[in-house]
Amino acid sequence: MDNASALLGGFADVITPMNLLFALLGVIVGTAVGVLPGIGPAMTVALLLPITYGLPVEKSLILFGGIFYGGMYGGSTTSILLNTPGESASVVTALEGNKMAKTGRAAQALATSAIGSFIAGTIGTMLIVLVMPQVVKFAISLGSPEFLAIILVAFVGTAAILGSSRVRGFAALLIGLSLGLVGTDFVTGQQRLTFGSPFLADNIDVVVVAVGIFAVGEALWVAAHLRRRAATVIPVGRPWLSKADWGRSWKPWLRGTALGFPFGAIPAGGAEIPTFLSYLTERKLSKHPEEFGKGAIEGVAGPEAANNASAAGTMVPLLALGLPTNATAAIILAALMSYGIEPGPLLLTKEPDLVWMLIASLFIGNFFLLVLNLPLAPTWAKLLRIPRPYLYAGILFFASMGAYAVQGQPFDLYLLLALGLLGFAMRRFGLPVLPLIVGTILGPLFERHLRRSLQGTGGDASGLIGGPVAWVCYGVVVVVLLWPLVARLRRVLDRGTGDDGGRGGSAAGGPDGPQDSAVGATGPDGAQLAGRFDDAERDRAFDDAERASVGWASDRDTPSAAGRGATCPSRKDSES
Amino acid sequence: MTVLVGYVPTALGEATLRAGVEESRRRSERLLVVNMSRDDVLVDAHRAAGDDLERVERDVTELGVDVEVVRIEQGTDPADALVRVAEERDASVVVIGLRHRTPVGKLIMGSAAQRILLDARCPVLAVKEHTA
Repeated sequence: MDNASALLGGFADVITPMNLLFALLGVIVGTAVGVLPGIGPAMTVALLLPITYGLPVEKSLILFGGIFYGGMYGGSTTSILLNTPGESASVVTALEGNKMAKTGRAAQALATSAIGSFIAGTIGTMLIVLVMPQVVKFAISLGSPEFLAIILVAFVGTAAILGSSRVRGFAALLIGLSLGLVGTDFVTGQQRLTFGSPFLADNIDVVVVAVGIFAVGEALWVAAHLRRRAATVIPVGRPWLSKADWGRSWKPWLRGTALGFPFGAIPAGGAEIPTFLSYLTERKLSKHPEEFGKGAIEGVAGPEAANNASAAGTMVPLLALGLPTNATAAIILAALMSYGIEPGPLLLTKEPDLVWMLIASLFIGNFFLLVLNLPLAPTWAKLLRIPRPYLYAGILFFASMGAYAVQGQPFDLYLLLALGLLGFAMRRFGLPVLPLIVGTILGPLFERHLRRSLQGTGGDASGLIGGPVAWVCYGVVVVVLLWPLVARLRRVLDRGTGDDGGRGGSAAGGPDGPQDSAVGATGPDGAQLAGRFDDAERDRAFDDAERASVGWASDRDTPSAAGRGATCPSRKDSES
Repeated sequence: MTVLVGYVPTALGEATLRAGVEESRRRSERLLVVNMSRDDVLVDAHRAAGDDLERVERDVTELGVDVEVVRIEQGTDPADALVRVAEERDASVVVIGLRHRTPVGKLIMGSAAQRILLDARCPVLAVKEHTA
């Protein structure tokens, strides 16, 4: 086992006092921001990005890995205790978790989520070790045309599948691509979209975009909206599980892991869909279906495991292909680039030590999280007593400092403010943020591959379609793009053959309208799930989830969490 | 005229409430129990749960005292809110709980009790946990 020894080498690199300290710091910060609604791991990594410029690359990656995993843990604490998911991936946890807390089983809910997260995180990280090198082996043989196609899948996936409406997703993607275009053309040296400003000639720094959109935009948005009555404290003891709880939890943990990892690994997978699927699965398979809705431990164990497994899965495309599938991964990618490391299939060959050390640090961070979170859950809950103005002042301070630190130009501060307002406006109008950041980061890469493919064939468009991988990718893109059309056609055909007397009224409302927007409030696209569950089942689950998310958002226009960007409102209209 | 009690769901809060009941008997005035929770935090330890306030109302009424229980949910400053209510309701005395604060804690968070003592226009009765 080549990889195993490489991984052991990674462990040897990580276990130095300084590195362990950074891992510990990462998980503590990550948990803290996960606990606080409105501050997600993506925002935190964005804020810390400029500060870590002074650190060696390994240390900042260890730190970011810790924040990434920690954020997943922390979110569940708030979901369970307050019914206010700290980030959108733990919306589902709130369904059963908060009910458990209300019936005095908060300690058990926290314990099953912490242990489940640990198990899922560990298995998920092991799967990274197994899967990632294989993906690299495959990816290394790919040329520019194939990469072009894969990036296109990532674009279309994040824009069309996540979020409620395709139009909004693609609008956000286009904004991101435009931001990525600003600067000097790398082939001809022409200035693009610089408006004659020398400051813009050197491209917009991704850090400024990330900090502006995530930190400033989110802080403005939450400060403007999240004003609500304080909640009463739910007392928590030390988390523990009885034998019966263990018996009911271990299968959901494993099933959740199995669901979460693949969804994290595909572009545009995210954690929202697998947590939902896990919840539905557990409810179907449970021996205590009557407890669902009243605080069933399976409903906490499964989604929590899925959540963390998908976080681990995200690392596969990130390390093997250089593709981010969620917002935090996107910013970690930006961090890698800022160190002059080119992410992509060559990363493992060029920087094997770095990659294996990062993976080893994920194992260690995961262990730290278990040790930290089991005894400290009540302490984390105390963070919620910090007055919000302090938080936002802190965020804006760090954001401005970070943006200024990039180049030491006051111009970047204006840019930051402008991007912050853009981020605020996007949230206001329900545009998902993830496509924007993916567009900004991958846009230049996309352009490079496009140019290279065209240069290969002397400008002939046939150079864009090379090999079966590209064919498959373009096929996926076409299916995703045409899906709403096909779905509508099928409905029209169904309606034609079905009895139109009774159903006319409901069909006029259109399943596409209200139903999809209900789904949009929590993330996954209804069309994607439609085939797998009968409608009533799906509606019930999403209704439950919506109630949960309404609990935390003062109004339902709130895209539920900082970094994920996947959620967006569409109560007013839907894509059709 | 009323006796105003600043209530928090702790042992000190209970002591304050007991002192308030005594005071309102002595003066034969109505008792007004106020619980304040700030609206700029997600969780406020001083917020009394709904059933807690019901219990207070029930218990005090059982003791034969005419009582009104109010919860204030707007604003960020309990001291300010309490002083304002005292003026609006023309309170004859304000009963609050007093506890030890570390100098650092006072420096950072300020002392709500101190501001009530200084700002209230009526007499203030400060109750300590172990004496009540």
